[in-house]
Amino acid sequence: MTASVFFGCTFIAFGPAIALFLFTIAREPLRVIFLIAGAFFWLVSLLLASLVWFISVQISNKDSAAQQKGLLVFGVVLSVLLQEAFRFAYYKLLKKANEGLLTLSQEETMPISIRQLAYVSGLGFGFMSGAFSVVNILADSVGPGTIGIHGDSQHYFLSSAFMTMAIILLHMFWGVVFFDGCEKQRWWAVAAVVASHLIVSCLTFQNPEYVGSLVPTYVILFLMGVWAFYAAGGSLRNLKLCLTCKDKDFLLANHRPR
Amino acid sequence: TSTPACCGVLPFCRTRKMDLLSSKWLVNLLVCCLFVGVGCNSVEKKIYVNLNYTVPCVRLLNATHQIGCQSHLSGNVGVLHVLESEENLDWVLHSGLTPPYLVILESSLFTRSIMMKLKNGSSRVAGVAVVTPNANPSQGTSPHTSCPNENTGVYTENYDPTMARCNVTVWNPLGTGLSYEEFDFPIFAMKEDNDTQVIRQCYMDHNRAGNGSTPQYPLCAMQLYSHMSAVTDTATCMRRNNINFSLSPEMVCDPLSDFNVWASTRPLNNTAKGHKEGESVVLAAARLDSRSFFFDIAPGAESGVSGFVALLAAAHALRNATQEAPPPRNILYAFFHGETFDYIGSSRMVYDMEKNNFAVDLDNIHSVLEVGQVGLHAESRLWLHSDPVSRKNSSVNEEVKKLILRLQSAASGLNVSVEEPGFSQPLPPSSFQRFLRARPIPGVVIEDHRSAFTNSFYESMYDNAEYLNISYPPDLTPDEQLEYVTDTAKVSPTLAVATVVARTLYIQAGGAESRLGSINADPQMVTRILYGFLVRSNNSWFQQLIPSDLRTGPRTSTWYLLANLTGSTVNVMSDTCFNNCVFVLLPQMYSYLWVQGAAPPNSTERVGFCMRSAARLSKALSPAFDLHEYTSKDYSTWTESRWKTIKGRIFLVASHELEMLTLGVGVGVLLTSLMLTYIMSSKADILFSSGREPANATY
Repeated sequence: MTASVFFGCTFIAFGPAIALFLFTIAREPLRVIFLIAGAFFWLVSLLLASLVWFISVQISNKDSAAQQKGLLVFGVVLSVLLQEAFRFAYYKLLKKANEGLLTLSQEETMPISIRQLAYVSGLGFGFMSGAFSVVNILADSVGPGTIGIHGDSQHYFLSSAFMTMAIILLHMFWGVVFFDGCEKQRWWAVAAVVASHLIVSCLTFQNPEYVGSLVPTYVILFLMGVWAFYAAGGSLRNLKLCLTCKDKDFLLANHRPR
Repeated sequence: TSTPACCGVLPFCRTRKMDLLSSKWLVNLLVCCLFVGVGCNSVEKKIYVNLNYTVPCVRLLNATHQIGCQSHLSGNVGVLHVLESEENLDWVLHSGLTPPYLVILESSLFTRSIMMKLKNGSSRVAGVAVVTPNANPSQGTSPHTSCPNENTGVYTENYDPTMARCNVTVWNPLGTGLSYEEFDFPIFAMKEDNDTQVIRQCYMDHNRAGNGSTPQYPLCAMQLYSHMSAVTDTATCMRRNNINFSLSPEMVCDPLSDFNVWASTRPLNNTAKGHKEGESVVLAAARLDSRSFFFDIAPGAESGVSGFVALLAAAHALRNATQEAPPPRNILYAFFHGETFDYIGSSRMVYDMEKNNFAVDLDNIHSVLEVGQVGLHAESRLWLHSDPVSRKNSSVNEEVKKLILRLQSAASGLNVSVEEPGFSQPLPPSSFQRFLRARPIPGVVIEDHRSAFTNSFYESMYDNAEYLNISYPPDLTPDEQLEYVTDTAKVSPTLAVATVVARTLYIQAGGAESRLGSINADPQMVTRILYGFLVRSNNSWFQQLIPSDLRTGPRTSTWYLLANLTGSTVNVMSDTCFNNCVFVLLPQMYSYLWVQGAAPPNSTERVGFCMRSAARLSKALSPAFDLHEYTSKDYSTWTESRWKTIKGRIFLVASHELEMLTLGVGVGVLLTSLMLTYIMSSKADILFSSGREPANATY
């Protein structure tokens, strides 16, 4: 639509992710490395899913719309399952890497905890997923036209940007919950992550009924956010302490070296 | 006219957007590019509808001016408005709330007054698209000037001030001069096809104000790209052509150049240039080219085609007579290119003759007979124009009178009357004027108008086969149409003119009167040539004679046709023919063309043959460019600008407020998330303190 829409949608889609990266990851080189590795794992899962989908489309009947739609659904489900599988693979890899890093490093403590790794890998998945979701649309939003000449809804760019923001944050929350579940051998948590990922993906089949896909996605985002907060070690008491600014007393009471 | 290099920009394929968690991105890239037609609904396709048939008006420059249209480098975007009448212009120019507008005009509204008003309000006008109808309008209109080529003909202040600048006769009274105006917005022509229907539908759905209310966003808009690289005038663009900053300097304009086609009944030694002792030549001239307001649309049926087709038919009619009983003088057929743009072809030939760079020179020319516009002809009358100023010389006058008498006697017995206009009138715009500028040569120009043009679509896109009433019964196949000798062709003006010209040339060249009765133009030939140039050039006869990749434009077709109509076959192999092998053939006297030929009845392979003729090409580039006189007043200085993309597309535009809102929301989200993240990260150790690992963990 023009440069203003381009920048607006970019900021909406990547704003939280950029903020998170700037303030929590950018200063720590180890976190940056694991972020990029996480993004790479997501890419590999995408590649595999694409190969399967491509081959299946080639051998299918291209004229039958129902078959193509069915293939689409199959492709989405397969892609979600592969992404979660690669998230598990990354978890396994990180566990092994952590032990290795421990033997290599001179300090006695682990340089990065598994919780931080969960957060960073989730964010890595989110970055790459968001990029692939929305960069294409952003590139087209720079031109002078907006969607609608064939009767489609005008709100395509905005809703894509909001959906992408939700997806990036969701990937981060899913990462935290998933790793936490794997650590504590709570497999129902892992299953819940996969299920919610499937639900959010399949919600997008509601498009162009954007309300129907965005609102449930944001509800799920909120719920996953709360779960991830608890899984990461937060609690209601800590939150109240922060909000009512009694944290200074808390600090003094539980003084610890930074 | 020449074709500048147009670097097309290939649209790169966007990936398919099925859902936001698409894992098929890479796949889609491949799939999309492989299966574009099969449901590839990328985002770009949802936004834009590309127009298929777009014909722009391009920029031309001469020594003093630039004419034509220009767009911004990134295209001109304007809200569509279909103009209903001239009063409706007020909406576009003053009262409309969403400028700039892109105006869609029906061809009846494409008049000078409307275009001038749009030109003056050009801050609110983003461009114009003219919808060309399928049938010609009933009223005549010509975008050319009313006095064509007034500065480069022979009638200057020095030659005869009373006749300069069309003081005596305004040749093109319907001329509006629109082709020679400068517009700073693009003007495109569109046909009445599906794309135009889509445009009208889009306008009706979105832009049409209902019951006096203002139309709401999103509005339908169009973007036109026709950015021209050259500016100001020829001297500037030729200077910019020669700037050598990089290894591949970027050209901004090209001089208009092409080739003249010429042939002689007795072959001339083309390597011995300059004056030929003892050669006396009768020059038969015609014009090849024409133009219109838009680029590359130049049917020129009456303006140009009628003349050179008549001369081609005359050359064919004279073939037997000149071979069996060759007349004492030579006959030189000359078809000039670029005459529309200040006589490029004829001025070049005269220049070559003066500089001894041509097979003959001006002293060898005995007289000139030119065939002008001869296609229409009410009342079967032909008019013979001559130059009164040179006829003041008694010897020239005698020759001209003799020529006129011969013309009249040649026309006797045919169904056409041949007369002089009867009063002192300058020559109409014709190539003969450039020869007169060099020296007073006796000559006559044959036209179908007594004073002003009878052609009411002079140099216009409507000057086509329909205007000459060339039509066929609807159920004929193209091959049948080719051979269909219509009534108009049998008694057609072109046929009569061809016969008259052929007979006159024979007598003028000194041939015997007794042979006159056997010199007749062939109606089959005339009909085929007219069909090939005006209706469809991809017909079976042209396919036999003219190589397929060279069939665009009249120059090559005329060359091959002239070679076939005046030459003879020689029995050599194709490579000998191509290479003009000196030992076997005589390339200085003849030119050799390899002709594809027809397929014999039992096979599909065409049997080609080598055609030997005296038909050649000679360069038609204005002498101003050889002399580097880019501000010359004597020669044509026309150049055509180069461009990169010519395309158009339509889409919807959203309101400015919505765009600003999106930007505002985005900035707000970014700032909010920055703030929240800062707060959370600074308090991270408190927020995430419970359930922490033992004290040796770090955060």
